[in-house]
Amino acid sequence: MLFDSTLSLKHNVQIMKARNFRYIRPDSLQHAYRILEENGGDAVPIAGGQSLLAGLNMRLSAPKLLVDIGGLKELAGQSQRDGTIRLGALTRHGELLQSDLVRKQLPLLAQAAAHIGHVAIRNRGTLGGSLAYADPAAELPACSVALRATLVLGSAAGEREVKAEDFFKGLFETDLRPGELIVAVKFPAPQANTTAGFAELARRRGDFALVGLAAMVSARRDRIEGARLVYFGCVDRAKVAASVSVAVSGLAMPVLDTAAFEREIRQDLTPDDTPGLRAETKLHMATVLTRRVLNSLVMQAAS
Amino acid sequence: MTDLVGHEDVDIEATLNGKPLKRRVKARQHLADFLRQELELTGTHLGCEHGICGACTVLIDGRSVRSCLTLAAQISGKSVDTIEGLSQSGRLADLQKAFIERNAAQCGFCSSGMLLTAYELVSTGEAASRAEIREYLSGNMCRCTGYHAIIDAVEAVIAARTAGARQS
Repeated sequence: MLFDSTLSLKHNVQIMKARNFRYIRPDSLQHAYRILEENGGDAVPIAGGQSLLAGLNMRLSAPKLLVDIGGLKELAGQSQRDGTIRLGALTRHGELLQSDLVRKQLPLLAQAAAHIGHVAIRNRGTLGGSLAYADPAAELPACSVALRATLVLGSAAGEREVKAEDFFKGLFETDLRPGELIVAVKFPAPQANTTAGFAELARRRGDFALVGLAAMVSARRDRIEGARLVYFGCVDRAKVAASVSVAVSGLAMPVLDTAAFEREIRQDLTPDDTPGLRAETKLHMATVLTRRVLNSLVMQAAS
Repeated sequence: MTDLVGHEDVDIEATLNGKPLKRRVKARQHLADFLRQELELTGTHLGCEHGICGACTVLIDGRSVRSCLTLAAQISGKSVDTIEGLSQSGRLADLQKAFIERNAAQCGFCSSGMLLTAYELVSTGEAASRAEIREYLSGNMCRCTGYHAIIDAVEAVIAARTAGARQS
């Protein structure tokens, strides 16, 4: 995200301002659905706006209408029922860090939220917004896949549910249809013997990850029994690494040698070279992160 | 008839620095430009305009936010505090004094954002380690790189406030 200030001065234009758009604040979720239906692709929902408004300021996108869903009570709140934790789409990143329910039942989300931007960003950015934006390097899409979450999507036609793993279709692409919103995310309560592990490498604290890993691992004594490893920042979406997950199962902890899963990482992850970061480097980082996350679980178990 | 199309001008009612505010704002105008250009409250600075630098930090309902990543239209029904209001009310006085004593403001561009983020931290009333202060302020850039002095100042205020709270 580079902004050429000399260009702006030379041409005497302010390119850090959003294009003109209309704004509406619906009174209810049904009202929001009707607005989205009426305006089709011209309308974009805004909640926390921490990615959207940066993009508008840089004129990366120019929607005709912003639909401010930030005040809709139907999209807020957290609850638990019959082993399912339901987080409203408007749950803010800061709430993930502070909520007792999340910290106790879904510690992966609390661990991940600490890496999202900075405090002022976490005060506004939302769970639903992060999932809908589907940045391949974002933390929460990967966590929702690792936790086998289900997204509740709503529109004027009613609600439907989609598994997180099927929701992310590619670079900034999701299964959301025109007129649809994320209403809530449902997480099955993890089983008692599973532990959450999370790590990412970023150039600076708060930046998007170069490579990251969200993991749910079950272990007995010093041996890994099963794992669900989801890498982000590597390919065009949060990626479940099925072969790596199998390869690490049965390993004794601490994991000192990465040879047991290096081949599988190359099998599951096929990153492209990007400016300043070669694919080979990403694969190396993914290997290092895997060892770090698995060994952090030993530390957690010991404490 | 229910509005389904929205408007380019939006009526807002909010509280700004403790006083009621009623205005018609441009939908596309972010809060920082609204404060600086329409209300002439230029204490809120504007650096990168995409949420990286933290210079434009203000408080909405007591929580720090980037005013470049918030639309003026979004503050309706909310309470906004800027450096001007917090200075005049004296609520920032101990932080400002500590910043001056430790030369934590050099060119001053980042100072209002630093002070507001620090204010949110010290207002929790909880002790914070140097590492926690550093982490809390990590979203505010200082291009004079006077970070140590800033962290020193915040550390001193937290120590004084928590000591005061223990005594009372």
